Amino acid sequence: MKSILRFSVGAVLSAALAAVPLVGASAKDTVKIAFIGPLSGGTASIGVGGRNSTELAVRLRNADPKAKYKYELFAQDDECKPNVGVQAATKAAADRKVIGGITHYCSAVAMSTVDIYHKFNLPVIVWGAVLPDITYANDYAEVHRVNGTMINQNQVAADFMTKQGYKTWVILHDTTDYGKGHNTYFTKYLTEDGGKILGTFGVTSDQQDFTAELTKAKELKPDVIYFGGLTPLGVRIRQQMDKLGITAQFQGASGIVSDAFIEGLDPKLAEGTVAFREGAPVEKLPGGQYFMSEYEKAKFDQGPDAYGPFAFAAANLLMDAIETVGPDRKKVTAYLGKIENRDSIVGPITFDDHGQNSVAAITKYVIQDGKWVLWEDSEYASGKRKLTGK
Amino acid sequence: MDLLGQYLINGLMLGTIYALVAVGFTLFFGVLDVIKFSHGDVLMVGAFTGFTAASAAGALGFSHPLAQLAATVVFALAGTALLGAAVAKWLILPLKNAPRLNILLATLMLGTALRESVRLFYPDGSNPKAFPSLLPTSAWQFGNFTLRADSAILVVTGIAVIVGLHLLINRTRLGLAIRAVAQDEETARTMGINYTLIVLVTFALGSGIAAVAGVMDGLYYNEINFGMGLLLGLIGFSAAIIGGLGNLYGAILGGFLFAALQMVGAVAMPFASAYKDVFAFAVVIALMAWKPTGLIPERSSDRV
Repeated sequence: MKSILRFSVGAVLSAALAAVPLVGASAKDTVKIAFIGPLSGGTASIGVGGRNSTELAVRLRNADPKAKYKYELFAQDDECKPNVGVQAATKAAADRKVIGGITHYCSAVAMSTVDIYHKFNLPVIVWGAVLPDITYANDYAEVHRVNGTMINQNQVAADFMTKQGYKTWVILHDTTDYGKGHNTYFTKYLTEDGGKILGTFGVTSDQQDFTAELTKAKELKPDVIYFGGLTPLGVRIRQQMDKLGITAQFQGASGIVSDAFIEGLDPKLAEGTVAFREGAPVEKLPGGQYFMSEYEKAKFDQGPDAYGPFAFAAANLLMDAIETVGPDRKKVTAYLGKIENRDSIVGPITFDDHGQNSVAAITKYVIQDGKWVLWEDSEYASGKRKLTGK
Repeated sequence: MDLLGQYLINGLMLGTIYALVAVGFTLFFGVLDVIKFSHGDVLMVGAFTGFTAASAAGALGFSHPLAQLAATVVFALAGTALLGAAVAKWLILPLKNAPRLNILLATLMLGTALRESVRLFYPDGSNPKAFPSLLPTSAWQFGNFTLRADSAILVVTGIAVIVGLHLLINRTRLGLAIRAVAQDEETARTMGINYTLIVLVTFALGSGIAAVAGVMDGLYYNEINFGMGLLLGLIGFSAAIIGGLGNLYGAILGGFLFAALQMVGAVAMPFASAYKDVFAFAVVIALMAWKPTGLIPERSSDRV
């Protein structure tokens, strides 16, 4: 018994000793980068997809022998709640080892944390939140964004839907900055395109029951019900529309472009929902093929979802910056400010004065057979299927 | 006109759920003079127990919705009834002679503990769960008014539970015992009523009814989450207060009144519908100022 013990201790020791030189040979300084997004709650599938994509970027970089630093991901959950987001942001910003962050999907959270990043000089790249004010309502050099804003998205949405022949809308939006933003921009462009808004309802972001608002909407008999908000409410509203026998077309914003929206609904109910998002879908991205094959190799238990590629591109950009100027927050901020026409898997990235990437393409989506399908590739565009009321 | 019907059925649905929660508050206050703030979270535990039972039944091969529904109801009821009785036995009865505020605080903390436990220990508990639709979904159209079979069944079930509770309290020996304990503990004891047992049964009963409300909520919205009991508990409590705490009919009236206020706040008021809860709770405050003992005040001779 004793000899076996001694033997096994010896084995462990020698194994440990053998491992030491390996580590020693690649002794690089460790640099932490933060990821903050909704890892729990109704939008968790987006958040986990973003975190996995960021982690993938970190793993690939660490496997690269040419990398100067060893990167460590510091992932935080903001629960899509501003108060929790502020805590997470402070925790990341206060850690001097964290050199930059890939931050936020929920606009309301991003809005409440930009001040913290500015105060702590922590350069961040937003990977999913779409409210314009995040980059445009301040002149913080620290805040950047790789994905587009909701302005173009709603312009395309209004244009597209009026061209389909729809005339009247009822708008539901959540009363966070995010939902209000969608309401403002969609209303603006829709009125310009000649669409008519019969009613607008603001709903709270954790509301469960929409029967009162929807019954009122039913009375107004709109062609389309537009929802400016995130997946959990989108699911509830679509479900309750059906309970009340509302047959209007359902149109969402980028906030419902998520696998969770389809999973939360009966396939029959999800079918034919249209929504718009800035940026091309993964399979059409310049580096989409590469990203997807690496993602599959990494064997995460969940897909990258709608904004994973943006998080991946943002993480790579941040690590490029650290590689070039070293782990110094101010230098990284300065470096990011000068990014122009940088190749990435989401296409060339150029930050303007406010750190906003110009993403031209807006993608139109429709749900077909339980999947978000590009409008142009769908049977709806070819005329084989029809949107409601058409 | 037909839209009025739609509002009415929406309001009835919400009102039934609220009334079922409010009834629990009133029962507990009736027998023990305590306010049990963990009631909403007990409801949530009931909904999660039901959800787990439905999933388990599905996994064991009982794919028929009725079998799953039976499992859901039986386990949710049994689970919460036990939980309610346990709370009464080990938390509320030992604190019976402590200041009322202590019980209120203790149950408030228990509620938080239950909520956080589900969030942390239930698999993937922080995310909303899609509650299966186990009821038929066929719908009837009356002009602009759509009545879905599942909504109708839920409203009828809820009202049947309330009527059943009324009969239980007023027509059975158990009900008599509960009323006796509510009126006067000492006298009830001398009449040979097992006081502790009746208290435990009352808590089991009130909690079981909360589970019904939780499962109804899940079936109606097809979604449950760990925080669902928070607002429902608060609304149920307010409903019990405006109705007159300790009075069964007051609780029911309060539940339906609160649902009506929310409806009015959402559709008939000039402000955004997001303020409907602000409106409803503001009216509750006004009502409390006007009638501090509730719309149907509790008389000492007619408790519970």
